[in-house]
Amino acid sequence: MRVKVLIVEDSKASREYIASTVEAVEGIEAVVTSSGFEALKLLPRHRFELIITDINMPDINGLELINFVKKNPNYRDVPLFIITTEGREQDRDRGLALGAAEYLVKPFKPGSLEGLLRRYLKLP
Amino acid sequence: MSAPSKALAEFVAEATEILEALGKDLLVLDERRGQEADPDRVNGIFRAAHSLKGLAGLFGQERISRLAHGTEDLLDRLRLGKLHLNDAVLDTLIEALDAFQALLAETARGTETDGLTRRADGMAERLGHLGEAPVARDEDPLDRLELEAQVRSVFTEYEEHRLRENVRKGVSMWRVRAAFDLSDFDKGLADLNTRLKPLGEVISTLPSAQPGGAHGIAFDLIFGTQVSVPELESGLKGTPAELARLAVRPATTRSAEALVRATESPAIVLGTLGVGSAPEASTGTSPPASRGVRAATDGGTHQPLFPLASDPSDTEQGETGASGQDSEPDGEPAPSTKGPSLVTYLQGPGGRAPALAATPSGASQAGAGAASALAEPSLRSLTQTVRVDIGKLDGLINMVGELLLIKASLQRLAESARQEGVVPLSKLFGQELARETRGLERKLEALQEGLLEARMVPVGQVFDKLARLVRRITREAGKEIDFVIGGGEVELDKLIVEELSDPLMHLIRNAIDHGVESPDTRLAAGKPRRAVVSLRAEQKGNHVVIQVSDDGAGIDELRVREVALTRGLITRAQAEEMGRRELLNLIFLPGFSTARSVSELSGRGVGLDVVKNNLGNLSGIIDVWSERGKGTAFHLTLPVTLAIIRALVVGVSARTYAVPLNSVLEILSVQPREIRTMERREVLDVRGQTLPFVRLSRLFGLPERPVSRYFVVVVGLAQERLGIAVDELFGQQDIVTKPLGGRLQSVRGISGATDLGNRRPVLVLDVAALLEEGLALERRRA
Repeated sequence: MRVKVLIVEDSKASREYIASTVEAVEGIEAVVTSSGFEALKLLPRHRFELIITDINMPDINGLELINFVKKNPNYRDVPLFIITTEGREQDRDRGLALGAAEYLVKPFKPGSLEGLLRRYLKLP
Repeated sequence: MSAPSKALAEFVAEATEILEALGKDLLVLDERRGQEADPDRVNGIFRAAHSLKGLAGLFGQERISRLAHGTEDLLDRLRLGKLHLNDAVLDTLIEALDAFQALLAETARGTETDGLTRRADGMAERLGHLGEAPVARDEDPLDRLELEAQVRSVFTEYEEHRLRENVRKGVSMWRVRAAFDLSDFDKGLADLNTRLKPLGEVISTLPSAQPGGAHGIAFDLIFGTQVSVPELESGLKGTPAELARLAVRPATTRSAEALVRATESPAIVLGTLGVGSAPEASTGTSPPASRGVRAATDGGTHQPLFPLASDPSDTEQGETGASGQDSEPDGEPAPSTKGPSLVTYLQGPGGRAPALAATPSGASQAGAGAASALAEPSLRSLTQTVRVDIGKLDGLINMVGELLLIKASLQRLAESARQEGVVPLSKLFGQELARETRGLERKLEALQEGLLEARMVPVGQVFDKLARLVRRITREAGKEIDFVIGGGEVELDKLIVEELSDPLMHLIRNAIDHGVESPDTRLAAGKPRRAVVSLRAEQKGNHVVIQVSDDGAGIDELRVREVALTRGLITRAQAEEMGRRELLNLIFLPGFSTARSVSELSGRGVGLDVVKNNLGNLSGIIDVWSERGKGTAFHLTLPVTLAIIRALVVGVSARTYAVPLNSVLEILSVQPREIRTMERREVLDVRGQTLPFVRLSRLFGLPERPVSRYFVVVVGLAQERLGIAVDELFGQQDIVTKPLGGRLQSVRGISGATDLGNRRPVLVLDVAALLEEGLALERRRA
């Protein structure tokens, strides 16, 4: 059975790029959404093994999502990656402080995300 | 043009969409220059640039990506308050938008010119250096806000900045807590947001980590507002929201004074001291702490009631420092010096007939014209996509569903006919078949209508793009102009809207360059200093009329006559007989303008005959009105759609033609003796009016057949009328006009061919061209 990874990113192009990178790894199913709200709705409905989120989004921001996940006993053990851009160091640091496991700076190479996914999901 | 790859087309479509949104927001900022910019809008523009950067990066569009990076960076500093939005910044952003559009146009064509690359990279560089570091403030206003560190830690840098700005301005801060059902919390939140938005600024929406019941979720909205408590409460009536005020420690004395001045309400300042009832005291209404209002300090934070001693940080100083940039010289290049304007649009009494003087020096202006052509991209959109309202599509899908039902009934009928043979086919069967066929017809019509509607886009799409360019042209021309837009919601076929942008640009450019006088000339003429150029659309039946008008000097028809005579476009005898309106319409004649070669691209000094031709291709017609000293107005009359039209099918000399019904006014039956000749030209008298009249057979050189009576199809567009004599009328039919290929393309009076269903192609008359032909005939024979 494939493990599910939630991708939260409002930019369509980015979202599809991340999703295709994630799906390229055998054994992973990508569940994508464009907003933090949708992510909140998806969380109780699936069992995600990992969450990848953008920080700047229109409804709730990625930090709030991280905070929500990390405070909630049901999800707090799910590792979280932040997608960030150059110059957003403060946001990135806050994300890490809130409990995000890793961060990726756009534009990143598929290989770097793939490596992290394998490591955190304990895939061969 | 080579067909771009699918991926590239996708990129262009998405980038176009982003740029459109960006352009809209920039336009709003542009219109509200001098006012404080809506932070949400600035953030929206930032997000657009951010998305564009990501998109361009993914598709390997380096040039766009670099420029987007610079733009995003500038916008980021803007939204975080590190840079003040002044005219120079705004102008540069608008320029960047132009550059993006030019880059995207090249991408769509699959080309890449060095000139543009340099321009874009230079601009990216400039964006990086724009503005100066803001004056540092000693005290962070955010430290005065009583907010748990935990909450603060989930704010993004931007949210923190907005919070800081609100506190600095002395806006009272609230925590609005609301719990919703997990299944539809976004609806509830959206409702809450719509209510809060007019009252203040929602800075952040935090999902509460504590689950609000089994299937519930709670949110804390951090909200800044200047309205009173009762107002806030009544605004939230009926929502599950609970209000808690966030305490703000007072700033140092001097800032507090600034604060009082800023808010002009001492009550708010008292409120921030934690005296919860202060705002009510000022309005004298409801008691405090009603309906869920409680102090946010429940959590145990302490509320100091006296000012803290700290460094005097003068917030006002920071402001003046930043706004000092306003006086900086504009980032835009100085208006280029232009030679005498070429003819296209004659200046009124004030003008020195540049028309006649311009001819020999035409070559020297060619350079300037070409340069402006470079700077001004076509406003046509780069994609063929039409965004369709989902409701419209649902309607279409429903219709298809109904059609399938009818298909099923017809199938059933066919089956029963097959089984029973011909003999027992009852009258009832016939009735049923007829009913189903009628139903099918109605549904097909509705489907057709629906599909046509899906092609419709608001003409405002083009208007918005034009508005952006108008400001720049105005400045280049050294005029002061208010550009007024109306009727942007009127819908036209996407194809027509696309084709309209260039002719409209030409007309507006003419109005600004040649129609509107300089501010001084206007004042001398007793007119307001600022001129008004307006662009309005209005639906009139099956047509849309677009008016481009100015309150400038108007066109001097006597000068028009002179030019037309000099160029040999009319004879002196003809000129003698021409009325004012006819004289004005001479400006549309090919050859009237000398400037064609210079600027067919740029719109400056373009021949109005080109504009007229463009419109003719859209089955439209252009008309001019002008009064000396009062202004000029061009009326463009266009069909709502080109795709499917209803046509009148007529016969002439055993040939069949289709006449677009939207231009048919009436049909007369005329005896040959009723036709009279006036100045060697055939006319009819219709209700006391003289109607120009042509026999289609003669026009197309067909053998004429003797008939006892003619049918005269009276066609008209705008104010032109013409009677077209035909032999037979066959009825009405919907037709899809296909363009004629090859050599036939240039046949005057024919706009295309259509198939009437009997597999015989039929030519479609070009009414606009025939009207012109009729009028030209009149001129030649006169």
